[in-house]
Amino acid sequence: MTTATAAAPTMTPTWQTLCTRADLVAHSGVAAWIETAEGTAQVALFYLPGHATELYAVDHRDPFSGANVIARGIVGDARGEPVVASPLYKQHFRLDDGQCLEDDAIRLRTWPARLEGDEVQILT
Amino acid sequence: MNTPSQATPPLIIIGNGMVGHHLVEQLIERGATEHYRITVFGEERHRAYDRVHLSEYFAGRDAQSLALCDADFYAEHGIELRLAEEVTAIDRDASEVITERGRYPYARLVLATGSFPFVPPIPGHERDHCLVYRTLDDLDAIRTAAADATTGVVVGGGLLGLEAANALRGLDLDTAVVEFAPRLMPMQVDAEGGELLREKIEALGVQVLTDRATQHIEDGQASRHRMVFQDDKVLETDLIVFSAGIRPRDQLARDCALEIGERGGVVIDDRCLTSDPAILAVGEVALWQNSIFGLAAPGYQMAKAAADTLLGGELTFDGADMSTKLKLLGVDVGAIGDAHGSRSPGARTFRYLDELKQEYRKLVVSGDGRKLLGAMLVGNNDAYDTLMQYYSNGLELPEDPAALIVPSSEGAPTLGADALPDDATICSCHNVTKAAICESLDAGAMDLGAVKAETKASTGCGGCAALLKNVVDHELEARGVEVDTSICEHFAHTRQELFDIVRVEGIRTFGELIDKHGASHDHRLGCDICKPAVASILASCFNEPITDAAHIPLQDTNDTFMANMQKNGTYSVVPRVPGGEITPDKLMVLGQVAQEYGLYTKVTGGQRIDLFGARLEDLPDIWGELIAAGFETGHAYGKSLRTVKSCVGSTWCRYGVADSVGMAIRLEHRYKGLRSPHKLKFAVSGCTRECAEAQSKDIGVIATEHGWNLYVCGNGGMRPRHAELFATDLDDAQLIAIIDRLLMFYVRTADRLQRTSVWRENLEGGLDYLKAVVLEDSLGINEELEAQMQTVIDNYECEWAGAINDPEKLKRFRSFVNDARPDPDIIVTEERGQLRPA
Repeated sequence: MTTATAAAPTMTPTWQTLCTRADLVAHSGVAAWIETAEGTAQVALFYLPGHATELYAVDHRDPFSGANVIARGIVGDARGEPVVASPLYKQHFRLDDGQCLEDDAIRLRTWPARLEGDEVQILT
Repeated sequence: MNTPSQATPPLIIIGNGMVGHHLVEQLIERGATEHYRITVFGEERHRAYDRVHLSEYFAGRDAQSLALCDADFYAEHGIELRLAEEVTAIDRDASEVITERGRYPYARLVLATGSFPFVPPIPGHERDHCLVYRTLDDLDAIRTAAADATTGVVVGGGLLGLEAANALRGLDLDTAVVEFAPRLMPMQVDAEGGELLREKIEALGVQVLTDRATQHIEDGQASRHRMVFQDDKVLETDLIVFSAGIRPRDQLARDCALEIGERGGVVIDDRCLTSDPAILAVGEVALWQNSIFGLAAPGYQMAKAAADTLLGGELTFDGADMSTKLKLLGVDVGAIGDAHGSRSPGARTFRYLDELKQEYRKLVVSGDGRKLLGAMLVGNNDAYDTLMQYYSNGLELPEDPAALIVPSSEGAPTLGADALPDDATICSCHNVTKAAICESLDAGAMDLGAVKAETKASTGCGGCAALLKNVVDHELEARGVEVDTSICEHFAHTRQELFDIVRVEGIRTFGELIDKHGASHDHRLGCDICKPAVASILASCFNEPITDAAHIPLQDTNDTFMANMQKNGTYSVVPRVPGGEITPDKLMVLGQVAQEYGLYTKVTGGQRIDLFGARLEDLPDIWGELIAAGFETGHAYGKSLRTVKSCVGSTWCRYGVADSVGMAIRLEHRYKGLRSPHKLKFAVSGCTRECAEAQSKDIGVIATEHGWNLYVCGNGGMRPRHAELFATDLDDAQLIAIIDRLLMFYVRTADRLQRTSVWRENLEGGLDYLKAVVLEDSLGINEELEAQMQTVIDNYECEWAGAINDPEKLKRFRSFVNDARPDPDIIVTEERGQLRPA
């Protein structure tokens, strides 16, 4: 298992490898730990095989409940844009930029993510 | 709760019948408990009950289910209800009412004493087993008298007489109706209609004798009584019920010298005030402009006016329309306005008689043929709603009024919603006008359900449901709101349509369904509306494990992880405890597991044990231990069968008449794992004491001495709904076959997240339609429904047992894919010896 502790705190963004493709669940989410400049964070990784963007990384923490559950929400699209619905109170968050569709003032953090071969990587 | 001080003026209501109760409801709604200390006297032992449906007492309903409110309704609102305490006098000088137990001062007094059945002074009418039909006690007396009787006679062939005849049939008596007039229901129908009514009622095995005046009653030879008629003809019977009209119960008012009408009744004005302005009268005891109103709806209108008067308002009672739409002994009878044409000189009539179908319709129209003055229907009430609109709103009739009653190949012209004026009454039970419906739409109600909740329209007798839907759809359309029944943006179909597509085309995955039937070519991800709905449909049809790779992304988190997510992201675990029966060993296992994983334990309302606070990564281990001890998943997370609650039944209880626990366990095992539009709750009671509260469940089963009685479509929770009696005296196999069909019909046709109660209320044709489908196979689908249920049952497997043996499925239960650390943000604290979220 890959741990994130090796990533050096630096101002230059670097691609961290979090896990492999086999750890992902197609059309759904899993959660992972990452190191960021601000410290550790929990990230939700959504895998949409066959979609224009196949991998998304957003905050795992649900801002409405304070619980770390976003990866366990249902993925879908709203007017063509990929979203995840919080499993607790069902607000929708755009996967592209984390924007909450029900509340303009709320936005999840997002990170660039990619699949390098079978490696799942995120830019922090 | 209000606790008015002793200084608040006392308001006394004498009578706790339907109108008396409605008055209390009106008073509460208007905040009268702030202004009055209210005391209600009822001479019966039962609190207000539904007299309109009294004959259902013999079809399995009891005082509890007929009651108009919960037992603590009065107390909750700070109102004193004194039952079984008859008021014997009113002392107007002292402003006190007097009962056997004491004197009670009043500032205002309302008489809601109702009426009593008129018993003609025939010699012999006072004999034993000569009874009346008015109260639950009367019905008990009839039931007792019927125990060793084989025949029964009802004297009186009016509305109540035919209701009483239905009750006697319900007691398996050979029943006859004796009517003084030349036809049945002389108030509502004419000679031709009466003849048809007689034929239909005789076809049900009820003997009809008209033009018969009973001279006296004497000892019979073969039966208890012999009734001797004017022509010396005789009729022998064991039991006689008098139902020859009602008389106002005005004795209290007479004794204290209130103004009384010539033929009885307490005279009231438009504000329901009697000749003493401190005293009001409402309902069947009240005489308004020389008329007594013997129906519930006008009584309710009086109650409304009286409540307003008591609070200083201006609302008046302006009379009430006595048009009625009835189903007596299963026969439709409708009468609108001047149905006989006797009050309208110069009126013309149209009549239509079909002796083959046994339908009769008559219109009474104004001399110029432009307005409807009255109408009469026997055998088929379909035209009633439309005719009622023409009548009550004074609408201009079509050029050929006969088209309204003559069958045509295109069907009768229905009245368009736009033809109705704003003051058209749509719902007469709650007096809701078209304008009120438009107002609620303007205020933001966006669909039929919202309008019903807002205005109460169509929540009384439900007779206006079709018309209301018509008006709402029309008005929404007029407001530019397209009535879109699509489940979501991804499918231009209703849930029912999707269900049919999946079933007919044998589609087995969400991907295939959206590829073939999705609304758009680009937006193919689905959403949190359609994905769980389709997951449920697929499970209802094929019952493949929901944790299979193709299905897992469709599920709500609760189904994905087969546990219920709580507010801090942990889960609760509820193993199945069928029928609420559990061995001590298994009970200890639950305790041990809870202790080991630090779980908060609580007993649920469904007779099982909920273990809260399980971390995602602990769920497989918890279930490993539970399954090893013989537990299986309880589906507390699913839109599926939850529990079958039971009382302990005949095994232990001295009152039980059947093994309710055994039946509950059998039902729970049969239907566990059935995915449905919403959760399903059952209960089985071992006797009519109903300790399992089956009448608040989707499926309620109550044991009787003759088998099982089945109640359906009840609900507790936010919007309680009493379950309806669906079938009686069933053996085990019949019970199960009926539940199979009913559930599968619900699964096929309900909307997503629609409980059986709302489904049933929205079902066009209502309970009768549902009975026709399930009990009489009117759609010819019962075999298919049973087979489909069998498929679901045959494919059942415990989802948790499947998951803990599958390494791929277990991967899903890691909190983090790159670290075994538990989520540090889940913080707990101790309260009352258990852990809870901090």
